[in-house]
Amino acid sequence: MNITNLFKISLKALVSNKFRALLTMLGIIIGVAAVIAMLAIGQGSKQSIQDEISKMGSNMIMVQPGADMFSGGARMSATANQSLILGDYEAIKDQSNYISAISPLVNATGQSIYGANNWPVSMQGVNQDYLSIRKYNVASGRIFSEREIATAAKVCLIGQTVVTNLFGEGSDPVGKSIRYNKIPFEVVGVLTEKGENGMGQDQDDVLLAPYTTVQKRVVAITYLNGIFCSAKNEDVSDKAKTELENILRSRHHVKAGDDDDFHVRSQSEMLTMFSSTSQVMTILLAVIAGISLIVGGIGIMNIMFVSVTERTREIGLRMAIGARGIDILTQFLIEAVLISIVGGIIGVAIGVGSSFLIKSMLHWPIVITSSSIVLSFAVCTFTGVFFGWYPAKKAANLDPIDAIRYE
Amino acid sequence: MTDIIKVDNLKREFIVGDQKVLALRGISFTIRQGEFVTIMGASGSGKSTLLNILGCLDTPTEGEYLLDGISVRTMSKNERAKLRNMKIGFVFQTYNLLPRTTALENVELPLMYNSAVSAKERKEKAIQVLEAVGLADRMYHMPNQMSGGQQQRVAIARALVNSPVIILADEATGNLDTRTSYEIMSLFQKLNSEGKTIAFVTHEPDIALFSQRSIMLRDGRITKDEKKTKVASAAESLAALPKDEDEMVSIAS
Repeated sequence: MNITNLFKISLKALVSNKFRALLTMLGIIIGVAAVIAMLAIGQGSKQSIQDEISKMGSNMIMVQPGADMFSGGARMSATANQSLILGDYEAIKDQSNYISAISPLVNATGQSIYGANNWPVSMQGVNQDYLSIRKYNVASGRIFSEREIATAAKVCLIGQTVVTNLFGEGSDPVGKSIRYNKIPFEVVGVLTEKGENGMGQDQDDVLLAPYTTVQKRVVAITYLNGIFCSAKNEDVSDKAKTELENILRSRHHVKAGDDDDFHVRSQSEMLTMFSSTSQVMTILLAVIAGISLIVGGIGIMNIMFVSVTERTREIGLRMAIGARGIDILTQFLIEAVLISIVGGIIGVAIGVGSSFLIKSMLHWPIVITSSSIVLSFAVCTFTGVFFGWYPAKKAANLDPIDAIRYE
Repeated sequence: MTDIIKVDNLKREFIVGDQKVLALRGISFTIRQGEFVTIMGASGSGKSTLLNILGCLDTPTEGEYLLDGISVRTMSKNERAKLRNMKIGFVFQTYNLLPRTTALENVELPLMYNSAVSAKERKEKAIQVLEAVGLADRMYHMPNQMSGGQQQRVAIARALVNSPVIILADEATGNLDTRTSYEIMSLFQKLNSEGKTIAFVTHEPDIALFSQRSIMLRDGRITKDEKKTKVASAAESLAALPKDEDEMVSIAS
């Protein structure tokens, strides 16, 4: 008996029991649809986190003063550490081979005032590179110049949130003068809107000034709160990080085996860190969905047993007229696999459909990967073979003499 | 004439619990080509066991069985399946047609297990045998749309479709009323006259009248094996039946 004939026979048996076949398929349909939808949601959230993080900067590497430093017995917070100085910034700038942009960072907290309006904002003392590192663009006006940095000029760039709160929405504050902690600053430029970052921080609530100005005129300190760099490209990000660590370690005279007095974190590390949580979620969801596939498989097995019992006489007859055990086995196996594959196809359609429904109704990020479709399809085919095997084997092992007179 | 079936000292034992049951205790006979043989016996006489062995569904414990010159005793399950497919046509008491399947597809079934036969040949052959049993106009009917007699004709067509060397019928008229039984027997006689070899298991003596030879079984042994000088014609017996037989049966039941 060739396989085409067996296929026809199996198909016929299914078609003559349409409703039952459909009910049996339901388990597989729900299982596959669940796997696809769950993976789509998981992948979607992972993708959106990745997008958010990559929006924070371009191949960014952050150097911060290290925690766990003792100063006269009192533990200090990381920001209170004064281990990073301008010399470190210059050394990195001179020595590093993998860095395309670098900016020091000096923070000041205070109140910005314009006319009758005031707004609390942290002032960030940086250089021109900072804009490209953090992917800020100038909407109107200009960046402060090299000369303004050298002379610690009282100029600043402000983000959209600050514009709205000090000047009112849509107004152009370029050329106007604001006061920050009573010091007058000229607004030389406005940054384009960036929105919230992955952690929900408003990236437009920002006031940028030359780091020299902030150091000398606003907070009067000689150390830095951090150094921001961009690696030349994604591939050298890790090398750049190691290089930075080595430069700083030798400058800070950190002995081998001792803890660093600074932290270097790269954007790709953050990416891995945040993705790993959503990865766990995705796996969890997929496992739950996978369990429903197994339940569906048990449904197939159950129905196949009923079918074998119900068709004992048919099996007996087929054997009497020349069907071998393997023919009967194949026939029932094809039936089980057909149920699971057709169920799988319907399940994929429903899974993809419901994923898009979730996207349009709930505005959740959805990413359907072809691998999730291939995976769930492969699993449900395997389910069909696995759970169809035992009933089919039982059918093939029937004794034709008993089977043909079975009542 | 060649020997279609040749059994020699056939024995079959069953183990039931600790007991050995002897269903066949040494049976020898030969069926030649073109013979119409009835195998008779009460229940428990061993006729079903014998039929199973003749049909290659079972193998004897002892003794030799040659079907069309081929020794069956040492054959594997799969070899016997192939042999059944090529050499034997079965007709059962309960017709055993596949439900929700047309007469034509039911008849095609044995050929579906023979990969040497193409779909076209299969259909042609099936139509041909359905015409031979007088069901040319019922080819696309489902079993539940046909009478018992028609269903049995489909079953006979199915037994003929692979051009078997022998047709084995197991109480083939057991579920039919007298009139239909005679119709079926007259079909068997017609097939026999066309050269088909038939072995017909029955416990009804009046059915045995239509065969040329009767083998009587009792307690696993042959008690009588006689060739008849005069064979009754089923067609004539059918004509002799009262016309309203069907009505009488329906009133009686």
